[in-house]
Amino acid sequence: MISTATTVLTEAAHGGHVPVVDPGSAGSLALPLVLVIALPALGATVLLLGGRRTDRFGHLLGTATVAGSFICSLVLFFAILGRDAAHRQVSLDLWTWFSSGRWTVELGLLYDPLSALFLLLITGVGSLIHVYSIGYMAHDERRRRFFAYLNLFVAAMLMLVLASDYVGVFLGWEGVGLASYLLIGFWQYKPSAAAAAKKAFVINRVGDIGLALGIGLIFTTFGTTSFSKVSQLTSAASAGVMTAIGLLLLLAACGKSAQFPLQTWLLDAMEGPTPVSALIHAATMVTAGVYLIVRSQFIFEYTADARLAVSIIGTITLLMGAWIGCAKDDIKKVLAGSTMSQIGYMVLASGLGVAGYAFAIFHLLTHGFFKANMFLGAGSVMHGMDDDVNMRHYGALRKAMPVTFLTFTMGYLAIIGFPGFAGFWSKDKIIETALAQNPALGICALIGAGVTGFYMTRLMLLTFFTEKRWEPGVHPHESPKVMTVPLIVLAALSVLGGLLLLNDWIVTFLAPVTGAAPHEEPPLPAIVISLLAVLVVAVGVALAWFLIGKRDVPREAPAKVSVFTAAGRNDLYGDAFNDLVIVEPGKSFTGGLATFDRSTVDGGFTGTASALAGLSGRLRLAQNGFVRSYALSLLAGAALVLLALVVVNLG
Amino acid sequence: MNGFQAPKIEYFTVSPILIVLGVAVLGVLIEAFVPRARRYVVQVVLAMAGLIAAIVTSVMVFSRLNPGSDSPKGGSIVAEGALAVDGPALFCWLLLLVLALLAVMLFAERRLEGGVTSFAGQAAALPGTEAERQASTQGLEHTEVFPLMMFAVSGMLMFPAANDMLTMFVALEVLSLPLYLLCGLARRRRLLSQEAAMKYFLLGAFSSGFFVYGIALVYGYAGSMGFAQIAEAVSGQTGSDGLLLGGIALMAVGLLFKIGAVPFHSWTPDVYQGAPTAVTAFMAASTKVAAFGALLRLFYVAFGANRNEWLPMMWIVAILTMVVGSVLALTQTDVKRLLAYSSIAHAGFILTGFLGIRSLAEVPGGSLTGVSGVLFYLTTYALTTMAAFALVTVVRDSAGETTALARWQGLGKESPLVAGTFAFLLLAMAGIPLTSGFTGKWAVFAAAQSAGAWPVVIVAVLASAVAAYFYVKVIVLMFFSEPVGEGPSVTSPSILTGSVIVIGTAATLVLGVVPGALIDLLGRVGVFIR
Repeated sequence: MISTATTVLTEAAHGGHVPVVDPGSAGSLALPLVLVIALPALGATVLLLGGRRTDRFGHLLGTATVAGSFICSLVLFFAILGRDAAHRQVSLDLWTWFSSGRWTVELGLLYDPLSALFLLLITGVGSLIHVYSIGYMAHDERRRRFFAYLNLFVAAMLMLVLASDYVGVFLGWEGVGLASYLLIGFWQYKPSAAAAAKKAFVINRVGDIGLALGIGLIFTTFGTTSFSKVSQLTSAASAGVMTAIGLLLLLAACGKSAQFPLQTWLLDAMEGPTPVSALIHAATMVTAGVYLIVRSQFIFEYTADARLAVSIIGTITLLMGAWIGCAKDDIKKVLAGSTMSQIGYMVLASGLGVAGYAFAIFHLLTHGFFKANMFLGAGSVMHGMDDDVNMRHYGALRKAMPVTFLTFTMGYLAIIGFPGFAGFWSKDKIIETALAQNPALGICALIGAGVTGFYMTRLMLLTFFTEKRWEPGVHPHESPKVMTVPLIVLAALSVLGGLLLLNDWIVTFLAPVTGAAPHEEPPLPAIVISLLAVLVVAVGVALAWFLIGKRDVPREAPAKVSVFTAAGRNDLYGDAFNDLVIVEPGKSFTGGLATFDRSTVDGGFTGTASALAGLSGRLRLAQNGFVRSYALSLLAGAALVLLALVVVNLG
Repeated sequence: MNGFQAPKIEYFTVSPILIVLGVAVLGVLIEAFVPRARRYVVQVVLAMAGLIAAIVTSVMVFSRLNPGSDSPKGGSIVAEGALAVDGPALFCWLLLLVLALLAVMLFAERRLEGGVTSFAGQAAALPGTEAERQASTQGLEHTEVFPLMMFAVSGMLMFPAANDMLTMFVALEVLSLPLYLLCGLARRRRLLSQEAAMKYFLLGAFSSGFFVYGIALVYGYAGSMGFAQIAEAVSGQTGSDGLLLGGIALMAVGLLFKIGAVPFHSWTPDVYQGAPTAVTAFMAASTKVAAFGALLRLFYVAFGANRNEWLPMMWIVAILTMVVGSVLALTQTDVKRLLAYSSIAHAGFILTGFLGIRSLAEVPGGSLTGVSGVLFYLTTYALTTMAAFALVTVVRDSAGETTALARWQGLGKESPLVAGTFAFLLLAMAGIPLTSGFTGKWAVFAAAQSAGAWPVVIVAVLASAVAAYFYVKVIVLMFFSEPVGEGPSVTSPSILTGSVIVIGTAATLVLGVVPGALIDLLGRVGVFIR
């Protein structure tokens, strides 16, 4: 609870437009709030520790726990919906993680409109994907383990969005990273999967450094890491510190949400089973960065510089992702590029401040629906095509897989922003807000929408239309009910997701968390912007129709392509960039240090070991030499220590 | 001329040291008088009973002195000013005694080698000779390892409690000499083991030389051996500064060597690899605790007043230690060497906490100080390391332990339990939340940052990211690679090693989830007396 004095201070300084986190006690909501996390955590524990005994019912248990979690989320949601806006934040202290004098980290849960929406998305889409996985993983002998990891992921992700403290967020953050790592590398017999898992882990660690340092800086600046206390203090902090914290949190978001320049892992992460791509690498985990930024609005509101950086990063990524999406032939990689691009929209929106936060979350939700839908649809296609992912080997699948085709079409219309579908409402709002605040970024977002229209149409044409280019012996067939029913539900949500904007409901609902924006007049009337966006998309779609739909599609990817296509195929040289800037210098540094250590310090100790067989006489001679060089390094060290002391004290 | 005046010794307060020392002496007598067949049982029982008795008396001393109370002087100076038994010293004692108890269990393990301990049957027999073969067919074993270890433990107990430079030096030697011997006693790969012992001895003696010279210089400056008097001289700025700085530098070398800080780390990988794994576990855990306890006391109590003069030097050492430890660990191909480099990196993280020195006036009551941060990290690190090395002993092939990383490929298939536990311990060392590694890092980083050492903290966060990479590399190797050739096999150990693994792993988990009680305790006891 905040003291009255601080409230007055906050409001006096900033007119009270930046809301502070001031939750009431959870009261009767405590039980469902704990259960939401406890159920999947319990599921993961039982499935991991139970071993083969749980093989028979493992998938059912895993699905049931998440479904139970979804029911709890619904209970919570309707409970706070019945309250007035001022009383929709509740918190629950679990236990004091560590405490020492004034320094305390409480592990607690915070439930407010923002976490409420995330809870529904994670457990709702999560449940559908669990159901789908029952069918998708039916023939995998490690299916139980798969469900255990999925449960672990859901529990960690819920921890991330429910924590009431930055350290708690860090806990969930690392947890989802671990689960994602385990799931990307799930098919461990594939070397590419293991490599992709490792890459994801390493690049995410770079982001984690940002988060760790950011939390450290928050702690040193405010002496606390809890949302409610920090949010009361930020108005008094200096702008420089706020910018530094904001940029560190942005680095964290870049890692987890695959934003430039830490985007390269997401494309490789498609090595994981498709339900994983749908749940973790499209609908939920990759949006954690957006969550972090929106959650930390009480920091970003005081630093326009960091907000601008957020928007620019988002814009760069949305264009890059779209570009990559145009050039790929692998259906999952097109969708991965598109995910990058759509998250770019969300990050752009969250950088726009109070006006953008709610729309970032809105797009996050609709994207969660339609992208999960399309990923699962792609999985269904792969299921029918013997796990081939190359779209050049598809074609004319609309007759063979009618349900998949129809549901996929709903997702397609939603993502390109066909009027009336979910994506239309959410993307349109972002473009509109961006144009109002920063026309340059707004125009980039508009161009991105056109490119989205192009690559998604290309995907649709290559997969479901044009002539058959199937591999011999492949007989596509519709997937079983357990897979198509989730598709139908998600397709319905892709169509209807826009209803969340009815009466500006989502904006009002989120206002206690994100603050209410004063209305800004866009440079053009809203209807004109909408028409413009539709027009740009139509151009993209038409271009795809003439370039792909009207021509023959070669089964082999043409080798002679333009520079732009080549760059797109190579993920815009993201890996080469990392190699050049980080890996190579790092390698030579490590190598240099290792050589130094080996030649001057470490001696040929490993050589000694291998020379053990019979060379003991010469070995002893050599051995003395090595100790001498050790001793020399010790002496040099002593000189260094002495020097350091003397230099400091002379200066 | 007065007659001889006997020194006054507070026997009760120092009883933990005396008990351990007594057990060590008794152990030597047992070697002389008890028949060979019964020595093993007698030695193990005696050592464990002695350690448990020492733990009990430590707790009694703790509750009598009550260093956590609000009284201004939590602890007492005993034995004519030679030892200071205060909060940090008592905490180190308890930790060291628990670690020693675990180490005895590892030393006593007999099932892994098929009925004998993992120490040389007859250390005097040259490797590869007939005498050695005979010793091994007769099933000989050296039960002297137990008294040797107890001698080392008594030195370790004295080390962090030493209140003057001479006592500190004696403690240093008492703890080191038995360790040199223990390193050379491996049953398998004896040349490697003897080489390690020799190196450790030579370099240890060399670094002790620096330490003694440092003592002489500081004595020349302050005119006294006692830390309290030195502190007075330092804050009064009497005497020549050159003597003091030289003395600080040389004494630091001696202690940093024991800790394994860069650039005094070169012995660590060789010795950790060559020594019998049980000894490595003991060394890696206990020596670090004792040496950091001593380092804290020497620099905080005796040299605390001129910390601005030596802190920059320690910054450099801490940064070097973290960077070199983490980076060199990247290229290792042997599990024990990898853990050795990781222990160097950890020494750097602990040094980061050591930089969190502030005068008492600057520290708000009960908040985390450098002392409590370091002691907390030491607790978490020591228990995790103990369990990790214990796990290394159970992965074997026909030639004994398989420590080459290449042979650990696919361990996850062979034994999910062993690989899973090891992966958990590695994640803890990497500092993943909900393990003790995370809370430990948090404690030292917070202490250092509060004292303004934020550049070191940034390096520390970067280094821990690099470190996470090589820990994960091992996990990838165990779970995501196919076994090469026959693959490793896991021998099931007796209850002795088994309990060490269980205790260490459980502590890693518990201190990660509910560290509150321990941090709270340390917040109250982490104050030195003078």
